[in-house]
Parts: sequence; C-alpha cells; structure tokens
Amino acid sequence: MNRIDTRGMSCPQPVLMTKKAIDKSTEALEILAGDNTAKNNIKRFLESKGFSVEIEETNEEFLLKATK
Amino acid sequence: MQSKKGIIATGAAIGLIAVLLVKMGNPANMGFCIACFIRDIAGGLGLHRAAVVQYLRPEIMGLVLGAFIAAKAGKEFSSRGGSSPMTRFFLGIIVMIGALMFLGCPLRMILRLAGGDLNALVGVIGFAAGIYIGVLFLNKGFSLKRTYRLPDFEGYSFPLFNIFLTILLVAAPAFVFFSESGPGSMYAPIAIALAAGLVVGFLAQKSRLCCVGGTRDMILFRDNYLLLGFLAIFVFAAIGNMATGMFSLGFEGQPVAHTDGLWNFLGMAVVGWGSVLLGGCPLRQLILAGEGNADSAITFFGMLVGAGFAHNFSLASSPKGATVNGQIAIAVCIVLLVAISAANIEKTPFKSKGDLS
Repeated sequence: MNRIDTRGMSCPQPVLMTKKAIDKSTEALEILAGDNTAKNNIKRFLESKGFSVEIEETNEEFLLKATK
Repeated sequence: MQSKKGIIATGAAIGLIAVLLVKMGNPANMGFCIACFIRDIAGGLGLHRAAVVQYLRPEIMGLVLGAFIAAKAGKEFSSRGGSSPMTRFFLGIIVMIGALMFLGCPLRMILRLAGGDLNALVGVIGFAAGIYIGVLFLNKGFSLKRTYRLPDFEGYSFPLFNIFLTILLVAAPAFVFFSESGPGSMYAPIAIALAAGLVVGFLAQKSRLCCVGGTRDMILFRDNYLLLGFLAIFVFAAIGNMATGMFSLGFEGQPVAHTDGLWNFLGMAVVGWGSVLLGGCPLRQLILAGEGNADSAITFFGMLVGAGFAHNFSLASSPKGATVNGQIAIAVCIVLLVAISAANIEKTPFKSKGDLS
C-alpha cells in the first residue's frame, strides 16, 4: 500500500504529492492530510481521477483511503 | 461552502462589495487591494513617509478578523508555522515590490480590469506567466517544507495585532499618519470598510478563494474551482461598475495606474511567481494568517516591510510610470526568485527529525 504524508504542506503540494503517487501506480493509496483544505482538495482531485475516497478523522488530522 | 456555487457567490460578493467601497469613498478601482492597503498601513505607522499613501485601512483588519471568526466558528482555527519563515518573509517583500511596480495586488488587478483599465490586461498576462514559471518549479519539487503545530498564542497573536491596529485607527493618536491628499485620503467610512472586510474575510476563509490558485490549479490539475471565484469577481465588479457609471475602457488616464506595459507585465510576473512559491496570493495569506498560520502572518510583515522599502527607496510606480530604482528592484527580485526557487527543490523527500514514517 502506498502511503503519503502531506501534513503541513502549503497549497498545492498535498494535491501535487497525490498526483505524483497515482502517476506512479494506480493501486490503492493512503494519504495523511493535516487540515480541511488539503483534505478537500485531495478528495476532489482523486474523485476527478475516478477514485473513491473514504476519510477517517483522528485528532484534527485526516486519513484518506483511495481505491479505484 | 466548498462547492462551485460557494466560490462563485464569494467572488460575486467581493466584486460587488469592491464597487460599493469605491462608491463610499475608496480610490477608483480600489475597493480592495491587499498590496495598496498594506502599503497605506505601512505609511500610517510611519514605516515610509510618502504623504499621499498613509492610512490604517480597516478592510485589512476586517479580512483577518473575518477569517479568524470563520475559522473559529468552523473549528478550523489552528496555530501552526515553521515552514521556512525567513524565506516567506523575503517572498513577502518581493511580492510587495512587484505589486507596487504594477500598482495593485492580483485582486486589484481583476478590479482594475473590471473597471475597463486595459493596462491590467497586460498585468494578467504577466501574472499568468509568473504563475507558469512557479508551477515549473513546483513540478520539479519546490517546497518550503511543512508547518507544525505551535502554542495557541502564536496563532492568536496576528488577529490580536489587527485588533490593535483597529484601535489605533479609531483612537487616531498623533503618531499615526493620515494622508491629507492623494489615494490615502480617500476612504469609505470606517464602519463600512471594516464590515466589508469582515464579510469578505469570512467568505474567503470558507471558500478558500485565492487569486493565484485559480490559474495555478488549471495548469497543474485542470481544476477550475478557484478560477471560478476569480472570474466571478471580474464579472460582478464589471457589472457593478457599468451599473454605477464607473466603467471606463482604455489604457490612458486610468485611476492609480500607469501605461508602461513592460513593467506592468514584469511587476505582475514577480507577484504571480512569488505567490505560487508562497502557496497563495496576498489575500489568501491574510486569510491563512487569520486562521492561525504564523508563516502567513510573517509574510504579511514581509509585505509591510516591502512597502516601506518600496516608498523609502522610490521603487513604487506612480501614475507617471515606473521609476529607474523600481526597475532595478524588479531585476533583483527576479534573481532572488530564481535563487529561492532553485534552492528549495527537493531531490529526495525531505525528512525532519520527528517526522513519522
């Protein structure tokens, strides 16, 4: 499972890191996001690429689980 | 709020409120201008002595406090920082010098265009070019690294500073400078300007509106979300200007603007490039600072110092055009942008001590 940590990154790096990860491989992916903005941007991007996204919130951070 | 309707409504509100602020007394095509207003605040505090641009613009305090209220209400306020603060401070200076070469931040660039000022169209092309260069470096791995959680006081300090500025404005002690002529003497009543800032700050926090993000995300991801907000500002400000007789199409004689195309282009290219490196336009920096982001607050102070430099060293343009000092400063800014962009490219993912995984 690919896992990337985008916490604390400025826009648009969380989405860019996600893009680079799915360009490399289209298998399932877990992404850590540190705030709502990054979480929503990543979710919107992944959904536009045909992924379905599940989100777990823990301690004001988000774990996005993306699968095709 | 993070729907297409939400961002279009935010853009529409900003466009119409900007026209209203001009009707109520702000300089023409300057309902909002983050760069000009921070420049006026620098003058009001005596950090430069350009007598025509000194005023503590309450729109700025409103934007920050509106974002603060929205972030608190939405449980999104979070004290954080530590993402290359000194580099961000310098980028704040650079962005301000670029904006004062053109005479406006990206937001005023749209408002100028919506008033019929075609010089702003040259600015838009420069802005897009600057964003494109910034995106090239993002794609190569440019990063100012991550922020970290900080003690609450760190995040509260900038909103508190803005309350202090508001008190200074209302109390108007003798050491605060207020222009008696020129753009700094033209302003909407304090309560209206503050309320306008609060509303726009609230909406911009909710919708994440960003003037540089629209073009950037279209180039990077073909994502039009933020661009819709940018376009809505233009459309609704243009409609407002036409309805109130303030629309005047052309290059010559535009308010608080000059016709030197090359320097309008280069000024906004610097703003676009610098803003991509910062992760958001000057407006977005104010909103993030209101949400508790100390790095964006430091960027504000970089812009404040940049405004001081711009007027103390005669770098800022005037309606007569660019100055030689300003042209040299833009060349220096471009060299600094190349250096900052190149120096922060990660070859391998950066790991700080304490990072997980």
